[in-house]
Amino acid sequence: MKDHYQLLIIGGGPAGLAAATIASSKGVTCALLDEQPAPGGQIYRSIESVPEKRAEKLGTEYLRGKELASAFRACEAEYFPETRVWSLSSQREVGVLHKGKSKIISADQILVASGAMERPVPFPGWTLPGVMQAGAGQILFKSSGIVPSDGVVLAGSGPLLLLLAWQYMNVGVEIKAILDVTPLSNHLLALPKLPRALLAHHYLTKGLIYQRDLKRAGVNTKIGASLLQAEGDDCLDTIRYRHFGREHTIKTDLLLTHFGVIPQIALTQAVGCKHQWDDSQQCWRPEHDEWGSTSIDGIIVAGDGAGINGARSAEHAGRLAGLQALFALGVISQIERDQQSIEDRQWMKDERHIRPFLEAYFAVPQTMLATTNNETIICRCEEITAGQIRKAVESGHQDSNHVKFLTRCGMGACQGRQCSNAVAHIVADSGGQAISEQSHFRGRPPVTPLTLMQLADLNEEESL
Amino acid sequence: MFKQLSNSTVETVEVTLNGQKIHVSQGMTVAAAALTQGLHFTRTTPISNSKRLPFCMMGVCYDCLMVIDGKANQRACVTYIKKGMQIETQQGVGPSLGETE
Repeated sequence: MKDHYQLLIIGGGPAGLAAATIASSKGVTCALLDEQPAPGGQIYRSIESVPEKRAEKLGTEYLRGKELASAFRACEAEYFPETRVWSLSSQREVGVLHKGKSKIISADQILVASGAMERPVPFPGWTLPGVMQAGAGQILFKSSGIVPSDGVVLAGSGPLLLLLAWQYMNVGVEIKAILDVTPLSNHLLALPKLPRALLAHHYLTKGLIYQRDLKRAGVNTKIGASLLQAEGDDCLDTIRYRHFGREHTIKTDLLLTHFGVIPQIALTQAVGCKHQWDDSQQCWRPEHDEWGSTSIDGIIVAGDGAGINGARSAEHAGRLAGLQALFALGVISQIERDQQSIEDRQWMKDERHIRPFLEAYFAVPQTMLATTNNETIICRCEEITAGQIRKAVESGHQDSNHVKFLTRCGMGACQGRQCSNAVAHIVADSGGQAISEQSHFRGRPPVTPLTLMQLADLNEEESL
Repeated sequence: MFKQLSNSTVETVEVTLNGQKIHVSQGMTVAAAALTQGLHFTRTTPISNSKRLPFCMMGVCYDCLMVIDGKANQRACVTYIKKGMQIETQQGVGPSLGETE
């Protein structure tokens, strides 16, 4: 690993891979830092090593990652797998942890392609062993062919729930139920956005095919389920929910939940990029222009880490960011940048058609985002409940960061990644504010764990 | 809770999980191995001593912290199995904060 690169890319998902491929083709020194052992990101995880049979069961969208990964492997960019980025400064210095050693390297342009994570939505019992996120189930399937052995309940809202159910069905996993918590009122709110979504009808068609296949297989889907609760002494045993005014229970040892995805903003926050609340996507995201340029010079974002637009968009946004970096480095002119990006910009626009509909249709109900069940644990690490947060607000702490100081919520091992949004929602709700007026927990480096020894070794003259 | 679909092409390696020697597929994460071995919990919390298993499997929830090769607080979901690895359930904050390699 060199001390300096013209372009440094953080993240090996579709955006990072596409950016590295296009930028390195123009001869700039470029490195891609990836937390994972192989290219693909979460969406195309294990794409290079997946056995053919398993890949078939996962569907054609997943296979698309193959081309991206092989183009990247053929390009000149240096690749550093299993490499963690623990800090990022506005002077474009990057703290890296590679093979157990830490190092600070610098770059002229930095692309943060950090991708998305599952939106954490707290509900009673969500910390019990046996309650996991749907993304976790999919990662186990993609990377190791691991699937539920004694059936599974899927609950929440969003396209991934349907896709995962379909993928499980393909390998004969028993799906005990799909509990769709999207309220029926969402359907009405999404209706005006349907005509535009029809321009991207292939997505809708795919969703309908999944639904049809699941129905044919006799999978029990409850639309408009509410008051989801996971119960059990030391591990999950029963799921309780309401449906059309009646309470139901299901016995299961595994519940996979999904409430949409949100950008991973730990790094863009640590560097101090301006962020904004996106009402439609129900999350914070870094502010950026069409090319991914943020409020800080030389820091670019692309892919779902910049705002949720999906894997296909990420690929195009990655190329736009790559071209923007080349322009900023003086390698190509503005006219060249604009001309070479025409197709990608058109693709981005086309890909966007479906989003407003999906966002409205799968919007997580406010009653779940800002739970009024005071017993519910919000901060999984420090085990702070909704009641403790509401109490803090009542005693005059009307800002998430104040609540954090007072209660320690968000100060545990995950550094607030799991509770930041929920705390902001609850604080806003308790204080009668809009969520957009609330602040996200401040994020500071190191954004990923680092031992004192690793920090102390920083200046060791050892080549990585 | 979980099972691995048969895949005879992948080699297995021997690791030690809570003192027991087990064989798991190469390329698996420690968390994936713990789940397929049917572990009921991979850590207890330092606050209430409650049991936890992996939650996100992508390194963002920190609920899969385990003691790996004597080092506490390792995210099992982003740590890959290596031959001879010693994996243990973590109790609370773990035995010690460990040392760097």
